Amino acid sequence: MPVISFEHVTKVYPLPAGDVVALDGVDLAIEKGEFVLIMGPSGSGKSTLLNIMGSLDVPTSGEVTIAGKKISRMSDDELTLLRRDHIGFVFQQFNLIPLLSVVENVEYPLILKGGQNGSRERAKEVLRAVEIAETHFTHKPSELSGGQQQRVAIARALVNDPDFLLCDEPTGNLDSKTGTAIMSLLDRMNREEGKTIVMVTHDPRMTEYADRTIRLVDGRVVE
Amino acid sequence: MTFFDIARRNVTRHWLRSTLAVVGIVIGVIAIASLGIMGNSIGLMFENMVSDVGDTVIVSPATGVGGGKLTERQVSDIARAVGSNDVIPFSSTADKISVGDKESAAMIYAIPAGDIPSLLEVESGSYPKDTGGGCLIGSQLAANSRENGLKLGARVRIGGETLRVVGVLKERGMGFDINPDYAIVVPYAWYSSHYDEDDYDQAIVKVRDVNNIDAVKESIEQKMNRREDTVAVMDTRGILESVFAATESITIFLAGIGAISLLVAGVSILNVMLMSVTERTKEIGILRSIGTRRSEVMRMFIYEALLLGLAGAVIGGALSFGTGYVVTALFAGNADYLFHPTSLLYIAFGMGFGVFTSIASGLYPAWKAAQLNPIQALRHE
Ligand SMILES: Nc1ncnc2c1ncn2[C@@H]1O[C@H](COP(=O)(O)OP(=O)(O)OP(=O)(O)O)[C@@H](O)[C@H]1O
Ligand SMILES: [Mg+2]
Repeated sequence: MPVISFEHVTKVYPLPAGDVVALDGVDLAIEKGEFVLIMGPSGSGKSTLLNIMGSLDVPTSGEVTIAGKKISRMSDDELTLLRRDHIGFVFQQFNLIPLLSVVENVEYPLILKGGQNGSRERAKEVLRAVEIAETHFTHKPSELSGGQQQRVAIARALVNDPDFLLCDEPTGNLDSKTGTAIMSLLDRMNREEGKTIVMVTHDPRMTEYADRTIRLVDGRVVE
Repeated sequence: MTFFDIARRNVTRHWLRSTLAVVGIVIGVIAIASLGIMGNSIGLMFENMVSDVGDTVIVSPATGVGGGKLTERQVSDIARAVGSNDVIPFSSTADKISVGDKESAAMIYAIPAGDIPSLLEVESGSYPKDTGGGCLIGSQLAANSRENGLKLGARVRIGGETLRVVGVLKERGMGFDINPDYAIVVPYAWYSSHYDEDDYDQAIVKVRDVNNIDAVKESIEQKMNRREDTVAVMDTRGILESVFAATESITIFLAGIGAISLLVAGVSILNVMLMSVTERTKEIGILRSIGTRRSEVMRMFIYEALLLGLAGAVIGGALSFGTGYVVTALFAGNADYLFHPTSLLYIAFGMGFGVFTSIASGLYPAWKAAQLNPIQALRHE
């Protein structure tokens, strides 16, 4: 059974100037352990697709199944718990919580699940796995470089052992050398840990890491 | 790390803004507590000044009838109406008095000598008799006129006749019947012959069992006012009750003014929290996107309001002791009232209301934060 499946998914943004069709009858399935790229021109609906995969948004029509659950009739709370327990997000802008230290940022999803016992140790373990130096654990995110912040964000996405990672241009804010390092980290997570990864990117060089690429144009999947 | 920790960090991160919000609550708490304490102390002061315990019925001539006096006959009718309870008729006047060559004026109460002991207590000396030219002086009059020679054993001239001070009265406090503390008490027999009068101003009925007050009043009314109103009957309990009700409403009014200032503080918390929500829109988006529920976002913000409220309440409560001391000393002349349980209750009430106002003001911003759409919030810069 696929980890994520879309059946005739449409997303329409009603605007005063006329409806914007961001996704137009998308069918797709992501299998466990896959590393899938989503590519396409700006405005083609990549982020919209990823947000729906991440249960941050719901389709206008069609059905989405995430981790075996249909999301169309889920309440806001159910969608939130789905994100918490099954999905790891990595954003272009890192999106760490400025108020919390590096290790607290990674620990936060565990706190949400109510697990206080050993959560700090688990956070440290994942931080070591993404190669963050021990000395940086107590720093604030703003004191880290972009590459380091993205590693912390990946650690936070991984800490709950999610069913899949969703990455929206994770290297978009990084120079190419740092970007490559992040890519090889994600690649390692995919190959060694068997993590399912769906990643939006503009960079054609990324295709070498991926099992396959889904191309979007005007909200439609093209081959 | 808990939601409470996060809230605490947010409050301390913007310490200046938080401090200003807390100052508002502090002022509100102090206003409620001190104004409440002020009203309460005034009430307590009144309660202490008033000596009556509410066991007294006062019978006065009905206004406009019989020249405003009670006759000997009426007094004995009243005595018959009240059975075994004491009836003490009296008259009063103000006159010049002199001790040696020092002249002044004083209130003079005339009470039948035999009735004086059932109404007044002597601190030193003894009670005067109907004959023998003795009189009593009030405790404050005695205290104030010692240098003038008005003391136990002194001779005092009242309107050309000399009386001897045979006793000094115990302090009695303010009463609804008579106020002898600053007065001279003379036997009625002397007064009657000296001022050529046979009638009384009023009569005091001491009711042995306070539960019988209404029955006693009723029976006086029955006896005296059957055909027309010849006397007016009041009981001090009723007067006391209305006085205390009045001081209580003054207190509530004052505390209400304090509550208004706390409402203003609540608006400032609302403002601070709304600012905080707007500023942290992106952060809320992050929290929501990684699995924080609406209720948890809401809790985080309510904790912030709670922290501001608690800080304001604790500081305000502590400072209220200071301002409470000043207002009780200033308005009631006795700072001890501050430590009266009901005064302390006003401090607790002010603190509680401060916390309540903060949380109430935090509810809307917290709800607003929780309702944010995660995607739009994430896009916010
Ligand atoms: N909240 C919204 N309200 C209205 N229109 C929206 C909204 N979000 C996206 N759109 C529109 O939907 C379409 C798809 O947007 P989306 O963000 O998914 O594109 P994208 O492929 O991620 O683009 P980019 O590569 O620039 O990030 C665009 O036309 C966009 O203007
Ligand atoms: Mg996009």
